[in-house]
Amino acid sequence: MLHSYPKRVHFLLLALTAIVATFPLWGKAVFGGQADFILEKLTLMLILALFAMSLDLLVGIVGLVSLGHALFFGLGAYTLALASPEFSPASLWWMLPLVMAVAAAAALGVGLLVIRTKGIFFIMTTLAFGQMLYYLVSTSPFTGGTDGVFIMFRPSLAVGETSLLNLDDPYVFFYFCLGVLATGYLFLRWLTRSYFGQVLDGIHDNEHRMQALGYATHGYKLIAFVISGVLAAIAGMLAAMQYGFANPAQLGWHTSGEVLMMLILGGMGTVFGPILGAFAYEILLFLYEHLTTHWPILMGLTIIVAVLVLPRGIAGLIVAPPGKAEPSKAPWLRRLVGKGAAASPPEVTKRRVQS
Amino acid sequence: MKHEAILATRGLTRRFGGLVAVNDVDFDVKPGEIHAILGPNGAGKSTLINLLSGEIPPSAGEVCYRGKPIQGKSVRQTARLGIGRSHQKTNIFPRLNCLQNCELAARIHMGGVFASWRSRHRAREVSRRALEVLETCRLTHRAHTPAADMSYGEQRQLQIAMVLATAPTLMLLDEPMAGMGREETDQVADLLASLTDRYTLVLIEHDMDSVFRLADRITVMVDGCVLESGPTEQIRRSEKVRDVYLGRHDEEVTA
Repeated sequence: MLHSYPKRVHFLLLALTAIVATFPLWGKAVFGGQADFILEKLTLMLILALFAMSLDLLVGIVGLVSLGHALFFGLGAYTLALASPEFSPASLWWMLPLVMAVAAAAALGVGLLVIRTKGIFFIMTTLAFGQMLYYLVSTSPFTGGTDGVFIMFRPSLAVGETSLLNLDDPYVFFYFCLGVLATGYLFLRWLTRSYFGQVLDGIHDNEHRMQALGYATHGYKLIAFVISGVLAAIAGMLAAMQYGFANPAQLGWHTSGEVLMMLILGGMGTVFGPILGAFAYEILLFLYEHLTTHWPILMGLTIIVAVLVLPRGIAGLIVAPPGKAEPSKAPWLRRLVGKGAAASPPEVTKRRVQS
Repeated sequence: MKHEAILATRGLTRRFGGLVAVNDVDFDVKPGEIHAILGPNGAGKSTLINLLSGEIPPSAGEVCYRGKPIQGKSVRQTARLGIGRSHQKTNIFPRLNCLQNCELAARIHMGGVFASWRSRHRAREVSRRALEVLETCRLTHRAHTPAADMSYGEQRQLQIAMVLATAPTLMLLDEPMAGMGREETDQVADLLASLTDRYTLVLIEHDMDSVFRLADRITVMVDGCVLESGPTEQIRRSEKVRDVYLGRHDEEVTA
């Protein structure tokens, strides 16, 4: 994504951030006693949004569909769980770099082996590596088998003896996750708009042509794979912090599939789309779980309908597809909002004349 | 040095299963010339270009570029050595604008992506080179137009601009005028003619007028073999070529 987003995207993101960030103020009034539970859910959504966003770099930007992304998510969780001391909180100052380093090393190792494959082969090889780690972790006594590992103390963020942030407080942890997500978003926006991002776009559109120009495309893809893995691991670490354990389910292919669905639902290749997708998916999940125990059927139908109606996800409603001026809507939607669509082009020309 | 071939092949052969697409081809390109490859469909012209640029490896034979063997090198490696190539199919990046397309091409040959990232000066140099080639290709007024929004002819010109941006020594152009109208064809022909003082061109083209106007030398291929190779005048007068290619016994040769 090289072109800058239309103003409405920034407006929407700021508005959503404001709504979410002020939840502690209005949550009690709206949800009453449920507020704490909702806050926990919101925190989870922020974490999953970061996870989905990290996958977007790979799937949406570079065009490599991975079905093993949970490997890095789970790796982040397990690194935290296994490296935490048993009777005292770990310091985030060294825990975060450790998680990032472990994930980078793993992503480099896996990436070197899978990055030359494409399409279905990339899906299968990433899936294979994800499942390898899944079985390794769920059968090894060192990692607590299928029970996983409990984290007795949430890592702390302190300078000397004074605590900077009391992450044990759910409200503080919520804001902490919001901050990490915002940082991740800004980082990915910067990255995808940089010269490096331009090369990734080129690879996505026509890798062969990039090679003919002289680009060693595998190297760039590998770097993107590592960055994507590191961001996913940070999300995994946050998830482990929130729940207080690392569990094999966090790195199974279900998790990989779920995050892929969030990405598809939100809109690939847009960086902000996955955030919307993660929120939409989790909200739907929450509603469906309350409706019926057979919620996966409803969820599956929703995803099918979403793909048919919104092929470019929720983000496709807001931004134009690359190289086109206006958001192209699904046929039924264009008919539905026909008037609005007809009214918008003159606005664009007016702006052009003014500038 | 002037008379030494910049690119030479000896016994170059490529088989696809039982089909010999390029058969024992000896082919020389001299520095500074426009060398056109002619031949009916299926004569092996594109395969030959693909062999020269490293897109496919030869089954047998040798490709020498500036005296060094390059067969077996990848298309990326030959690109870095200064062999620029354009494809028959329009091959631009539709999401980028004209200038960005050329910058992308120039950047990898000017220290790479990370050099531009570190140094503003370098990034500016890349932009300058991109603007230069747009000027050469008369696309300056389109610099900030998304490539997807340009006319087909302009896209083809942009493709040539991108090859130029890589500052190649040798350009391999596969049908640069394919699918163009008369006027656009003439424009591109003018453009190519203006490049000869700086670049060596190998050209596959079906437009006879342009080929005879532009080329210094022509190689005619039939069924994977070189039928005749020589200066344009010689090919124009050649009975052999006229028989096979220019359509005297059309029904016999077009298979």
